[in-house]
Order: sequence, then structure tokens, then C-alpha cells
Amino acid sequence: MHNPQLNKKGELQHLLSLEGLPREILTDILDTAASFVGVTAREVKKVPLLRGKSVFNLFFEASTRTRTTFEIAAKRLSADVINLNIAVSSHTKGETVLDTVDNLSAMHADMFVVRHAQSGAPYLIANHVASHLHVINAGDGRHAHPTQGLLDLYTIRHYKKDFSRLSVAIVGDVLHSRVARSLIHGLTLMGTPDIRVIGPMTLIPTGVEKLGVRVFHDMAAGLRDLDVVVMLRLQNERMHGALLSSAQEFFKYYGLTQEKLALAKPDAIVMHPGPLNRGVEIDSAVADGPHAVILSQVTFGIAVRMAVMSTLAGN
Amino acid sequence: MTLALPDPEALCAELVRQLKPHVNAQTALVGIYTGGAWLAERLHAALGIALPMGVLDISFYRDDFDKTGLHPQIKPTQIPFEVEGRHIVLVDDVLYTGRTVRGAMNELFDYGRPASISLAVLIDRGGRELPVAAQYVGAKLEVPTNLMLVLDRNENGKLRLKLDA
Repeated sequence: MHNPQLNKKGELQHLLSLEGLPREILTDILDTAASFVGVTAREVKKVPLLRGKSVFNLFFEASTRTRTTFEIAAKRLSADVINLNIAVSSHTKGETVLDTVDNLSAMHADMFVVRHAQSGAPYLIANHVASHLHVINAGDGRHAHPTQGLLDLYTIRHYKKDFSRLSVAIVGDVLHSRVARSLIHGLTLMGTPDIRVIGPMTLIPTGVEKLGVRVFHDMAAGLRDLDVVVMLRLQNERMHGALLSSAQEFFKYYGLTQEKLALAKPDAIVMHPGPLNRGVEIDSAVADGPHAVILSQVTFGIAVRMAVMSTLAGN
Repeated sequence: MTLALPDPEALCAELVRQLKPHVNAQTALVGIYTGGAWLAERLHAALGIALPMGVLDISFYRDDFDKTGLHPQIKPTQIPFEVEGRHIVLVDDVLYTGRTVRGAMNELFDYGRPASISLAVLIDRGGRELPVAAQYVGAKLEVPTNLMLVLDRNENGKLRLKLDA
């Protein structure tokens, strides 16, 4: 089956989802990111790879961290970055997404970084734009967040080296989480033998087992002998209706505390895509504790996004 | 066609002879991946240089990125010393157009302002497209423009020059 992200030579033209990508492409991006980690530690944190290119951040949905890290990544590659917060501009005046994209293409954009509340919006844009343009999905609805998936993989590889013996659990609101979906696909592609999802019945999508994960509703059972715990944010803004009785009750059963973390391996790492809801899905003692690698994820996220942008721009 | 290729081991000894009088406590060697890094390892040991040697992967500084894209296997650049005020000897296997050396100099300047940069190469094959010259040259060699001259290293660590079409 043709993968819409690949060009005729089988190279990555757009990054829309990790699903169905060859493992080699993922590994190349992670290796390239390792070189960019070195660049971001220097006094001059820039390289000239994307000099003269224009990167448009098209955020149809609010985001601070992701937009900022994409902006920093593009600037460290010497690109010109234009941030458009479309949630509050032409979109509200009635312009369609594709009209917005056509207008920006006419301004000689080279790359679009797209976040949209609708699953699939970046595919629509990628199918529409001229062939020299590149589209990066920065999160679409409940579908995918591939650069977050890649930075999670990078972080896991950094601390645990080898995927082939790992037990990884994704905990919390899996139902609404594009982060969870991208990470499950990424972990599977990298050959992770034991992937688990943990959460209440109302927040685990039906049929998730088909992705090759094991489902746990009892957190204590799910945490046993884990190498990596990925906590998800409880998505308050996506909660409609009675999925949960209260945040307090959620914390009691699925919030990560030091007592619960003690069930995982002694050298387990704790990850979180941010922003943190302290006292809802994660206790402060864990979030600020020795197992947490949450801020490393943010730092690595810049290098990973640099690697994605430079890989696309070179194809 | 056959072209007599010199023995890189002998050229390496020649470079050591040329470099020796100019090495002091402020001298640092920086090899350019991959051949230049192998050569720099040899020179570093033979010259007894105190500072750890650096290695550069100039992939992020290439001027043909638009045409060739990124090479899949990029090695991390490592400059394990303060560049500021240092006398740096860049080391590469083959000097040709000079574009690699330009990229390497740009990258070095992103680490600081060296007191000087000089260039040591195993082979100068001519064909310069930029005003770049090497101070230390193992040998000069005429190579037809359609051929690539590259340094190879076998599992025993022995260096060998070879031509690729």
C-alpha cells in the first residue's frame, strides 16, 4: 500500500504519522537527532542547513510547548519561522483550511507545521500542496502526534538503549490521546515486546488490543516490572459527559504516586508529554523525583524536531 | 586505466615529519569524518599531542544539502577542548574542491574563535573551486575528475587509498 508520507523514492516527504513507516527511517531520524543534541549544547546553537527556507507554524489549535519547540528547532536550523495562530485569525472569518494554505504557499512557504483539532487535517493539506512543500503533523485531533512519538522514542532509547527487552506502559486518558497512539506505533516499529495501556474502562478505546497492546484497568497489576511509565495528561478540555466521576477519584486509582511507582523496576523512568496536571495524573513527588525524565523529553524534543525538519528538507 | 596510488602509511609518516616542528602546547588536531578522523588519530598518537583530538562531521554545513539531502549516518561532532585562542590543525584525507574545508571552518567558528587554522591532507588532488590551500601535504596526485579518491581502513587498522567510479 502506498504510504502518503513517502515520495517516489521511498523517502520521507511529509511526517504525518509513525504508523507504517519503515524502522530504518525512524532510526535515521533518532541518530540524526543525537547529532543535533550536540549542536544544542554548544555556545552557537545554530547550523545553516535550512538557511533561506520559510517554515510556517500553522496552529489551528492552541499550543505553547509544541509550537515553541518547533520554532526553536527551525531557528536553530537557520530557517525563517512564521507563527500563525489561526485559531484566532482568518479561520474565524470563514476562510477554509486549504484557502489559508494556498495563500501561505503563495508567500513561498517551504514547510508547514500543522496542528488541528480535526484528525486528518494534515493529510488534507499534504495532499493539496505542491510537491516541493513538506508538511509536519504537530498533532491532529485524537489521531497522531508523530514528533512527540519520536521524542518519546528518543528519550526511551537514551535511557534504556535497547527496545527489544523493554516493558512500557502508557497510563491514563488513552482514549483522547494522539500521543498514546503515536507512541504505540513507534514502540511497535522499534520492536518493543511488552506494551501496556492502563486506565479506566471509559478512557481506553475499544479494540486497542488490535494494536498489539495489553490492557490493564488495575494500575498496580499494570505497573509491575515496568521499565518505562508514560503518564498521559487528563485532557480536561476534551472531557464531555460522564467519563470520570472526579479528578480526585481518578488520582486515587490512576495517579502516579511514589508508592505505585515502587511496583515498577527500581530503575524505571517516568515520562509525561506535558503540561502536567499535578495531583490529577501525577503526584509532585514523582514529577520532581529522581525517576522523572520529563524535562529531558522537552530538551530532546528540539533536537528530534530539528532532525525531522532537516530530513524532510533534504528529501 | 591504472593509476599508481601511493601508500598512505608512508604519506602519514611524511605528514608527521612536516608537522613536528610546528606542534606546541596550544596545538589541537581536528579530523574530518571519516578518512580525516582516522588520519588524525594516527597523527595525534605519533606527534604525542597533549590535547584530546576533535572530530567534525560537516553534514550540517554542506553547501549541497539542497541537492543531496542529509546523509543517513551522521556522526556527532566532538570538540573536547576550548576552541578560543587555539592553533587548530584540520586533518582530511583528500583535498579536492575545498568545499568540505569551508564547511569545517564554518563549523569550527560556531565553537569559538581559534587563533589559527591550518590544514593537513594526505593527498592534494587539485581541482579547487574555492581559495583553500593546505599547509601540510603528504603528496600531490593528478586524478581524473570522474573518479573519487577515498581513504579506506581495514579491520587491522591499516590505511589504503582507493579509487571509486
